Amino acid sequence: MEPREAFATADELARRLGDTGYLADDALATVAWLALRLERPLLLEGEPGTGKTALAESVALALDVPLIRLQCYEGIDATQALYDWDFPRQILHLRAVEAVADGPGRDVSAVEDELFDQRFLLARPVLRALRESPAVLLVDEVDRADDEFEAFLLEVLSTWQVTIPELGTVTAATPPVVVLTSNRTRELHDALKRRCLYHWIEHPGMRRELEIVRTRIPQVSESLAAQVVSAVQRLRSDHDLIKPPGVAETLDWTRALQELGATDLDLETAAVSLGVAVKYREDAERVRAALDRVLSR
Amino acid sequence: MSAAPGHPADEVLLAFARAVRAAGVAVTADRERTWLEAAAAVGVGDQARTYWAGRAAMCASPADLERFDQVYAAWFGLQRASTSRSRPAAPTVATAALEPATGEGHGEQDTEVVQARASSTEVLRHRDVATLSSAERAHLAALFAALRPRAPRRPAHRHTPSRRGLVDARRTLRGQLRRMGEPGPIEWRHRGTRARRVVLLVDVSGSMSAYADALLRLGHAYAATGLPVEVFTLGTRLTRVTRALCQRDPERALVACGGTVPDWAGGTRLAEGIRAFLDRWGRRGMARGAVVVLFSDGWERGSPEALGEQMRRLRALAHRVVWVNPHRGKPGYQPVQQGIVAALPHVDDFVAGHSMAAFEELVEVVGRA
Repeated sequence: MEPREAFATADELARRLGDTGYLADDALATVAWLALRLERPLLLEGEPGTGKTALAESVALALDVPLIRLQCYEGIDATQALYDWDFPRQILHLRAVEAVADGPGRDVSAVEDELFDQRFLLARPVLRALRESPAVLLVDEVDRADDEFEAFLLEVLSTWQVTIPELGTVTAATPPVVVLTSNRTRELHDALKRRCLYHWIEHPGMRRELEIVRTRIPQVSESLAAQVVSAVQRLRSDHDLIKPPGVAETLDWTRALQELGATDLDLETAAVSLGVAVKYREDAERVRAALDRVLSR
Repeated sequence: MSAAPGHPADEVLLAFARAVRAAGVAVTADRERTWLEAAAAVGVGDQARTYWAGRAAMCASPADLERFDQVYAAWFGLQRASTSRSRPAAPTVATAALEPATGEGHGEQDTEVVQARASSTEVLRHRDVATLSSAERAHLAALFAALRPRAPRRPAHRHTPSRRGLVDARRTLRGQLRRMGEPGPIEWRHRGTRARRVVLLVDVSGSMSAYADALLRLGHAYAATGLPVEVFTLGTRLTRVTRALCQRDPERALVACGGTVPDWAGGTRLAEGIRAFLDRWGRRGMARGAVVVLFSDGWERGSPEALGEQMRRLRALAHRVVWVNPHRGKPGYQPVQQGIVAALPHVDDFVAGHSMAAFEELVEVVGRA
């Protein structure tokens, strides 16, 4: 089924995302549903660890389509995002033709055409998404890429097609679902933002985060989950931390405590496993000094 | 949200989009269209969903979200307290004169004629900018236009064709392919360079007020080059003035900058300011591998240990940290202020910044970094 028609309402999308283990709040469900409905890319921003990437994975699961991920980095260009020719194999092919040909009888242009055949084409994520659509294309951390790459992305996102000079134009039958994530290390270009629906993901509240932990780690005991979540919520409300823990850290911490065999988050277990949730030396010192306050109920 | 009597729903929605635009969110025509489509898709009867649809369709940054919420509350008369982002109150904007009042410095008046201007340029270059008259200041401003800041370079990610360096196997093979396998000349490639980001942090507190104008002009000289440059002012709070300084005309840029910065000539909380910079911008990538230039005299109201700690963090992120102290150029200066003492171990270059000649030297230091 086409992604556009897959969910009748935002509530249905939220329910299906819940089935895959992603608890989206009303706001996020509405925006994600609109992105599907209006066939617009979805630009997600927010603190690291708030589930931007996980949303794309869950949407792909809920739609039952492949997730194609493009991790951006400084200096990424079209050959890494779009397509490339497999030079070594082309050379090999040329040598093989040379070896089996009986004399100079073969047509040069025919050999050249063979060289730019589908089988020598290395499809990179964007091209794959266009070809395999319906699919979810996740453009992760787009703020790390350069301005030039953004312009290139804009072109693909507005026309849903890519032209390969040797082969022709590839157009997506149905536009892929595109999710862009950004950590705001760099302000994205307005033109790209204008194409997208924008959503800022907040850290979840106490109740929702508890639900997330219970869904993701069903075997954890109620009391341990509640203790970890309330400790993390308290860490977050301390505005002086360099990097407040995200949901990913909450999950990691819960799992770590479980592996340690802890049934209770007490001072001792918290002190030894703190490194899972807090990743700066300065933060760790602050938290250690006030650990009893963080853990108090 | 029912349509007001006599107004179709579309009109109300569109008028709302205009109101959001008037509040300073860049709502373009195509965003208006997205908004109408989105509202139609969720159904205007559903208040909460219409709100989220509007937010997604019209906003593009956290700053927009706040404005949108305010307009939404005013327009539809609804409070959505639960959804507004908790953050400190928006900075109140206070305009302040960039030039210190006439009469500061040597007590000379505007009316005094600066004689033999051409030959005095050389003298002016070495004069402390804090002691200049207004007329001399105006002349000095022109000198800033002649400043040609260079960006420091870093190795680029991509390889480019070159006459020496590494063997470019692909290009060589491609050439061979073109000749049907006939070997030919070997092609080479090398890694080029790209401009490194330069971040200027300008202390605009009371003790630096005599230099603020000149330093922001220097900031403008950098920002106007089109190089990757970011300019912030530090006082009691941190303000990003890059946008304001990006205009071509220095006078207008400085006026725009004056409208942006709320804390001219106040106290200094250097450690707090650097910390805010690192948390909001630096650590996310702006300071990574950048050359960070800090203009300050090191008079710190907070504790020197905190400043040392923040400088250590800054140094750990940045490629090079340059501290510019206007007092360093004065005879007999000793770096004894507690702030400076705490910060110096984490500084790569400690240079003067009191005269045009010193600025030229600074531009050179940054360009070579």
